[in-house]
Amino acid sequence: MDYSTDLLNALVLITNYVLIPSISYGSQLALGAVGVTLVFGILRFANFAHGEMMAFGTMATIFITWWFQSMGVSMGVFPTALLALPFAILITTLLAVAIDRSVFSFYRASKSKPVTFVVASVGVMFMLNGLVRILIGTDEIIFRDGQKFLIKAGAFKKMTGLSEGLALKQTQVLTFVLAVIAVLALFWFLQRTRTGKAMRAFSDNEDLALLSGINPELVVMVTWIIAASLATLAGVLYGLDKSFKPMVYFHLLLPIFAAAIVGGIGQPLGAILGGYVVAFSEITATYAFKKFIKYIAPSDFAPEGLTQFLTTEYKFAVSFFILVLVLLVRPTGILRGRVL
Amino acid sequence: MLTIVGFGQSWNVALAIFNLCLISAVMSMGLNMQWGYAGLFNAGIMASTAIGGLTAMLISYSPVTKAWSVGGTSLSAALISLLLTIVAGILVWKKMAKGSKRSWSMTAVVLIGYAFIRFFYEEATFAIEAVDPAKTGFLGGLGLPILFSWLAGGLAAAGLAWLIGRIALGLRSDYFAIATLGISEIMISILKNEDWLSRGVKNVTGLARPVPYEVDLQQAEWFKNLVQWFYGTADDGSAVSADIMREAMQLSAGVFVKLCYSALFVTVVLIILGLATRALNSPWGRMMRAIRDNETAASAMGKDITSRHRQVFIIGSAVIGISGAMLTTLDGQFTPGSYIPLRFTFLIWVMVIIGGSGNNLGAIIGAFITWFVWIEAEPSALWLVSQINVFLAESNPLRQHLQEVAPHMRMVLMGLIMVLVLRFRPKGILPEEAPDHY
Repeated sequence: MDYSTDLLNALVLITNYVLIPSISYGSQLALGAVGVTLVFGILRFANFAHGEMMAFGTMATIFITWWFQSMGVSMGVFPTALLALPFAILITTLLAVAIDRSVFSFYRASKSKPVTFVVASVGVMFMLNGLVRILIGTDEIIFRDGQKFLIKAGAFKKMTGLSEGLALKQTQVLTFVLAVIAVLALFWFLQRTRTGKAMRAFSDNEDLALLSGINPELVVMVTWIIAASLATLAGVLYGLDKSFKPMVYFHLLLPIFAAAIVGGIGQPLGAILGGYVVAFSEITATYAFKKFIKYIAPSDFAPEGLTQFLTTEYKFAVSFFILVLVLLVRPTGILRGRVL
Repeated sequence: MLTIVGFGQSWNVALAIFNLCLISAVMSMGLNMQWGYAGLFNAGIMASTAIGGLTAMLISYSPVTKAWSVGGTSLSAALISLLLTIVAGILVWKKMAKGSKRSWSMTAVVLIGYAFIRFFYEEATFAIEAVDPAKTGFLGGLGLPILFSWLAGGLAAAGLAWLIGRIALGLRSDYFAIATLGISEIMISILKNEDWLSRGVKNVTGLARPVPYEVDLQQAEWFKNLVQWFYGTADDGSAVSADIMREAMQLSAGVFVKLCYSALFVTVVLIILGLATRALNSPWGRMMRAIRDNETAASAMGKDITSRHRQVFIIGSAVIGISGAMLTTLDGQFTPGSYIPLRFTFLIWVMVIIGGSGNNLGAIIGAFITWFVWIEAEPSALWLVSQINVFLAESNPLRQHLQEVAPHMRMVLMGLIMVLVLRFRPKGILPEEAPDHY
């Protein structure tokens, strides 16, 4: 076997185990982080209930998917969950707006400190957490159907003659495509429409925005609608890609916050960047490079251990490490966000 | 309320709840210092609790000499390389001029240091974890009395808090909350995975107790006499039968042990309450509240906000660390898997919010109420479900589902209570009172 095949093998290896998972995981984080960052920009508090909102949206999707499946409705090669998604988004947005009306609007009217909002969001987190568990239980649920792989590892090996396989799951492609569509739609909305411009103005300077006759309640409502929709989308994509487990969604909160802060809080574009940064570092730091080094290094050299920077259990330590690093070196984030 | 449980369920249950209430009270007093006095949003309470628990385990468990002999040297080597790396890093940072050269040297130092640490560390952990893995497989502790660990747990938590404070304080509240949340998660995953230190999810059980064991009690002569005296005569004045007596012995041994714990815990609660109240009413407490209410003004008066925040954060964390050590003492085991943020971080928040932030007595009352509701919500929910289930057929899937998920009712209940209190009584049950000597 000559060296160029080795290099190709190494490349495929990295693509399969680092590149593709990072891109899909990064897209999921990015969607979540955009929601967090928007709420932060407009309402000016870190929403601790965001992870649970994702769980709720996913749960709604699963219920509707089951209902569709029981009626025999499906989308062929695509997962049925995609069909259920719009309805679930509708339900989740209604919930988010209802929560805002019943909980957060009071503190807005009384001009409370941001910390009060955060504490209230912890209360909301508790409620949603319990609600999701009551409705669907705590078990792991796999609700993916349709075609699983676009490229199978075995078929790829046969096709190229390489010894490393490359598998591409349909959900990974779906995640990326849907994330791109959602983000493009969001940016079009923020840049081109009246309400979107009002939102940006509100985020920049609340008093000036109020003076120029922007309706704050409308802006807040639209923010919640967008945040809830993106949360549902992110949650469903994550659930399709892996599986749905209420516990996991709570733990997603940390990487999502990290992504939002790393990118510069209040900056949707930054949140997307941050999502990918966090995902790439998490997966790279916990990937065992042993095989990779074997391919690219001279043939007689093989590393002894797994050459893994960190064991997989410390995944979220990575996102936190990046978070701290950014806070210390550049507190405003990659794109200059709001300084807190 | 507890009396009702005592008569309704059993005195053992009531006292078990009472003991946990006391521990929760210590936790919520700790958080109350951070949030109520100084307005710090600490979302990493669990980290302090866990490190308190870890300390309790490390202090009381007897050392595993074999593990020390096989892994001690390489572990020390790993530690020394860590220290050397830090020193080298600091030297590079201080001595070299700012620029790309310094960045590269820094990276090199960190990477080389990391390689060395990793090498010795893996050797050490592998050796240690291989020592009788079914029973030990970790370094063990110091073998000191566990009561001593309450103090040590507080100190350890204070040390951790200092480290967290170095990183996270000085950020705005939301960032601080996120940072502390992250640190506590990392802390727990370290405890779960570093088997050489804490046996990870395999747990450490059978920690020594500061109070007598039930079995020993039932053998002790003085205890027999005590029970005899308590239960000695039936209603009609005659002596009770041996069977009833034996049952009474078992019951009262359990109650007695729990009462011993309660006595210890009450002492701690009272000491901390006394100190905390004094601190709150002292000039220091006044300064803390001034900083909380208006940072700009306090800073204009010459107060160093960040270092004051760090101070109160460390003290509060130390108190929570003590409670963590108390909890591990009560359980008699250290189970890293049982630390979950909802229970150990956010539930404490509910306690402080309900009780009244800034009021120590309020924090205690909040802890009692919250813990009581948290525990009793489960049987109540099950009862409620069983009432509904009367109308459902035996085979109805909904019925089974309800039975399974009933315990989660308490999450919703907690959230609801928290949101309602925050909305309609934001100062809590016992509002903060302004000291009269302004």
